[in-house]
Amino acid sequence: MSFWRIAWNNMKQRGVASSLTALSMALGVAAMSVVIVVYAVAVRQFSQDAQGYHLIVGGKGGALQLVLSTVYHLGQPLYPIPYSEYRRLVDGDLSDVVDVAVPYCLGDSFDPTRDPQNPSDRRFRVVATTPDLFDKLEYGTTEDGSPIRYEFRSGRNLRISRPYEAVLGSVVAAQSGLKVGDTLNPTHGISGEGDVHTEFEVVGILDITGTSNDRAVFVNIEGFYLIDDHALSDEMVEQRLARASMAPPATAAPRSDARGVLPPATLEGRTGEPLEPLAEDKREVTSVLVLCKSDLGPLVLNTQINKDPNTAIQAVAPAGVVTTLLEKIVGPIQLVLLVLTVLIVLVAAIGILVSIYNSMNERKQDIAVMRALGASRFSVMLIILTESVLISLIGVILGLLLGHAFIAAAGPYLEAEAGVRVSFWRLDPLELAIVPALLALAAAVGLLPAFSAYRTDVARALTGNR
Amino acid sequence: MLSIENLKKSYREPGGGRLPILDVPRFEVGRGEQVVIRGRSGCGKTTLLNTIAGMTTADSGSVRIGEVDITRLPESARDRFRARHLGYVFQTFNLLPGFTALENVLLGMTFTGGKTDRGRAEDLLERVGLGHRFGHKPAALSVGEQQRVAVARALVSKPVLLLADEPTANIDPAHQQQIIDLLRGVCVDEEVAMLLVTHSPEVADQFGRVEQLETVNRVANGPTTSRSEPVT
Repeated sequence: MSFWRIAWNNMKQRGVASSLTALSMALGVAAMSVVIVVYAVAVRQFSQDAQGYHLIVGGKGGALQLVLSTVYHLGQPLYPIPYSEYRRLVDGDLSDVVDVAVPYCLGDSFDPTRDPQNPSDRRFRVVATTPDLFDKLEYGTTEDGSPIRYEFRSGRNLRISRPYEAVLGSVVAAQSGLKVGDTLNPTHGISGEGDVHTEFEVVGILDITGTSNDRAVFVNIEGFYLIDDHALSDEMVEQRLARASMAPPATAAPRSDARGVLPPATLEGRTGEPLEPLAEDKREVTSVLVLCKSDLGPLVLNTQINKDPNTAIQAVAPAGVVTTLLEKIVGPIQLVLLVLTVLIVLVAAIGILVSIYNSMNERKQDIAVMRALGASRFSVMLIILTESVLISLIGVILGLLLGHAFIAAAGPYLEAEAGVRVSFWRLDPLELAIVPALLALAAAVGLLPAFSAYRTDVARALTGNR
Repeated sequence: MLSIENLKKSYREPGGGRLPILDVPRFEVGRGEQVVIRGRSGCGKTTLLNTIAGMTTADSGSVRIGEVDITRLPESARDRFRARHLGYVFQTFNLLPGFTALENVLLGMTFTGGKTDRGRAEDLLERVGLGHRFGHKPAALSVGEQQRVAVARALVSKPVLLLADEPTANIDPAHQQQIIDLLRGVCVDEEVAMLLVTHSPEVADQFGRVEQLETVNRVANGPTTSRSEPVT
């Protein structure tokens, strides 16, 4: 009969105590598992959100604010930059190293309830952009390193000539109930207290990306410019021209192979009527996503923009900002949660120790019988250690199942709220690493009762019971 | 087969002195022989069995089983020797409560270092009349049945010597004879020598050789107590 079988029988003999001990371990492991998986999902989402392009070009100000507002649709956007700065990236002096430049105009929002009497606390940001965002940029990579492109669950991408079109992120579509063909009205400002703008028709709904874009509404940038509040006034245009005349002019001539979408000559209105696009000098952009042709491109562009004392723009590598954000904010939170769950598991492990150690008196005779049958001191010690490991193993397996069942149960909520897909079966490598660690811990806490078994005096234990 | 010479054992007293328990100048049991040891309560009968089994270390002297002097073996070797060559039946049976009858018997060969022979364990349980009780735990067995399981467990590793410490003391008189018959019969079948400790004159009278512990337990030196005086 194996030691596993003997330990299993011993465990069954003290069924209630063993089960409760294993359950306490399971709860600790489940908590740890949830923290690890949720953190991994958060990190993946955070990192993935900033993939697919090298730099964000925007107005001068905080780099974190630029990244948060552009990538994560959080916080106030920075002050916008002239459209001419976008043109520098598309076909101007900065365009040599650029592969794709995608402009963003931020500042509007959308209430998924669409009920002015009963507005939602959670508004979605409206991003005015060009079709290049979905056509030419990727939003992440698969585990084997291949790029992931945007897919449409239904409908299609924006068309630059049709200004009043919108594409919805998956979470926006789920929460608003909007379908292709429906219309929505963005509100000026991100607080929801501004004017309600003209309506845009939903032409596409994105598949889940697991990024912040699931929680955004994308409208045609040409339509955004046609909204009254979004065009610069003549006075502001004059001021801007005056400032520009003091700065050195862009040196390169406009290129024919533009790196981004430029305004078409005419636009089609809702009923097909021709519309004139907003003049470029009346346009601004909040930020520009820039994908460079090579890995050297971001360095070149970074130097060209950030070392220029006369420019009003900055270039930020979002990956670096995200890493800093993770290290400085999310990392410590995860550390605290992990420490807490490690403490829970430690308490559970000590529970194993207490449970087995308290039972040592009542099982002294059993140990003496095994010794009388020829078990060595080391053998009985090993049997107790095996029991400790067995309880822990059951606790760990049950804990992983519980933790993942919880994650799977929360899956629909996470998918609807955060656009994150989680699976019952997805095990984080860190979770696999804690299994041997916990078994080692169980063996360590089992040492004390095991040593007590080791020291059992056979003759005394056998006769003492008489 | 069993040969004891000048075996001495004493225990430390609370006052610091030593209380002699055993002083056996010479004692032998032949191969397959069945010997009863009698003696007054506390005269060291159990200590003698434990010393022969290597569970208690002697102060001096030798205990030879076959060619092996177990007093010369380190503890781990004594454990292994006990597992392979000795069987032990206790007064209180000492079955493990969380194990079935069959598992309790299998436990008797778990520590031999060899393979567990499930067939032999089942065969022995059949022979002690418990072929239908393999899966029952001790709590579901009668007192007599528990002792039968203990007998099967003691013999499962094919020992050369069976040590039985008051095996019928906790059994009602009606079933005592069954256990004695079982022990004697199985030991003959298995060619196992048996050293049986008992208080019962009825049990002792059935054996050809009965030794009073006092006749083998002579205190040569040290304090003499009335308990350790030889009985003649």
